[in-house]
Amino acid sequence: MEPVLDVTAVSMNFGGLRALNDVELKVSSGEIVALIGPNGAGKTTFFNCITSIYTPTEGEVWFTPRKGVRTRVNGMKPNLVTALGMARTFQNIRLFKNMSVLENVMIARHCRTKAGILGALLRSPAVCREEKEIVDRSYELLKYMGLHKFYDEQACNLPYGAQRRLEIARALATEPTLLLLDEPAAGMNPQETESLKQLVLRIRDEMDMAILLIEHDMSMVMSLSERIYVMEYGCLIAHGTPAEVSSDPRVIKAYLGEDAHA
Amino acid sequence: MNELKKSILVSIWFMFLTFPIMVIRVNSIEKTVVWRWENLALIGIGSFVLSFVWRWALRRKEVSDAVADSGSKETGKFSRMLDNPALRLPLQIGFLALFMAIPWVVTTYQTNILISFLLYVVLGLGLNVIVGVAGLLFLGHAAFYAIGAYSYALLNQYFGLGFWISLPIGGILAALAGVALAFPVLRLRGDYLAIVTLGFGEIVRLLLENWSNLTGGPSGISNIPRPGLMDAKLSVADANIYIYYIVLALAIITIIAVSRLKDSRIGRALQALREDEVACEAMGIDRVGVKLMAFGLGTAWAGFAGVVFAAKTTFINPASFTFFESAIILSIVVLGGMGSNLGVILGSAFLVLLPEYMRAFSEYRMILFATAMVLMMVFRPQGLIPEKRRVYTVVDPELNTAKGGQI
Repeated sequence: MEPVLDVTAVSMNFGGLRALNDVELKVSSGEIVALIGPNGAGKTTFFNCITSIYTPTEGEVWFTPRKGVRTRVNGMKPNLVTALGMARTFQNIRLFKNMSVLENVMIARHCRTKAGILGALLRSPAVCREEKEIVDRSYELLKYMGLHKFYDEQACNLPYGAQRRLEIARALATEPTLLLLDEPAAGMNPQETESLKQLVLRIRDEMDMAILLIEHDMSMVMSLSERIYVMEYGCLIAHGTPAEVSSDPRVIKAYLGEDAHA
Repeated sequence: MNELKKSILVSIWFMFLTFPIMVIRVNSIEKTVVWRWENLALIGIGSFVLSFVWRWALRRKEVSDAVADSGSKETGKFSRMLDNPALRLPLQIGFLALFMAIPWVVTTYQTNILISFLLYVVLGLGLNVIVGVAGLLFLGHAAFYAIGAYSYALLNQYFGLGFWISLPIGGILAALAGVALAFPVLRLRGDYLAIVTLGFGEIVRLLLENWSNLTGGPSGISNIPRPGLMDAKLSVADANIYIYYIVLALAIITIIAVSRLKDSRIGRALQALREDEVACEAMGIDRVGVKLMAFGLGTAWAGFAGVVFAAKTTFINPASFTFFESAIILSIVVLGGMGSNLGVILGSAFLVLLPEYMRAFSEYRMILFATAMVLMMVFRPQGLIPEKRRVYTVVDPELNTAKGGQI
């Protein structure tokens, strides 16, 4: 079986700075994979590379959607990558702040619907049906994420944890094959982190999705993910199961420093 | 007491500043100096009162802002009346009937004013798509107005095309020009975009002014035919009324089209573009396509309005499409409320009708205009009628119980 995401030797240079150096990574379908590393290791840059917000300097990113063929996505437009089936959330929340919670999710249905200018002007029955479908499907997703009571609130008025969940709901609305979560538990308390963990597992099981996440919360990473990749200074330094990674001396060194004897 | 002291300080400062120009008058021929102390007193009292009123108004605004922030959504009587669905249809029909009847009761001069009011409504609504909905600051709207007007004038002069054929052509040409302008400015936002579009507006005007062989240069094009009504020869007054109805129809179509667009999939994409471009792309929206669409959809209306303008005045020259025109249209949008259709209509009523009916103060027009703008920005930056978020209805029996729970 082909991996959903297959990244081969990706490097990214910003001028003279090498932010990513020969990073290789694979995610199979139905798998939860974590990417960890100290701050500034290049994790978010890596996310930006695979979602085509940046074009990697070297290397290739191959993506196999649920019903589709293996496609090279590096250099593609980001919106086409999303349409292909890769959806992401952002480390610093990037909601459409002045729009309602429901509208935030509705926008993400954009790439799965097709009413154009003429459709909008004439409002044919087909367009109305599509519009209703967008509202219904978006509301369903809000309910799935437990956000439906906020549906008419302005997105920026939501509590922080709910904003994080709304970002995930928005990403799910694009019907992805691979969900990329950039520090989903950042700033959450232990209870919220725990419920987020259950949510991620539920999404994987019920929606048949592969999930790649960046996270600093070690207890969450260790209990949630099947495989872990560790980055430091733009290079992969280790990868394997949680048990393997947590006993790897290089990882301990990267996290605790040279002289620590943990 | 503190406020009083501050106001006194302000008035003393103003008296000092204006002392040389308002108080001393030197007559260099008779070599005398006149001291006009009464002016000093007037300025002192005037600035004291103004500054006091200003402070009082600011304080009141802070209080009302605090009330709004604390969560109690207080809406005025007027907007509550507009929200009432039972009243909406009768209101719409009433306004329509009023506007239909007006040209038969008022003079040709008044009809003309109303035509220009409606033209500005169309222009404002078009610009509103770009500035209000898509959030792209755009200062060259008059250029597209000019493109519409000149395409009718030139097509008529060289190819003898009539008004009704030129109307869609003018709109399409303006939209194409808008899309063409959008290409080089795709990466620009905010102030930079404003400067480029301002430059484009000037380029179009200068082109029209200097390409004398084609456009007649600064002397413009005259004898543009008015639209004919089934070959009937209309008198000037009747033709005016006919044009009034055409503009009215155009304005109504624009209102319907723009509000439908705003509520559609495309409109949501435009709003998302205004909120966050990166997130927009990550959610699968084609940033380039949507931006081009915003420009095209906005400038097309300027093209339509331009064709009608040329037919109405029967004479056009580049002087009608200066930067001042763009600024007025932008002011209509900002004053009325960005993104709000009703706001734009009210805004053009303020900025087009008031100057016409207050010709007595025409010397002070620019001062009043500027004062109104400053006051607006301080006390009601969201515009006369702010954009209302659309409320979607969802059918969910569990919702009410969920709402009752803790948040």
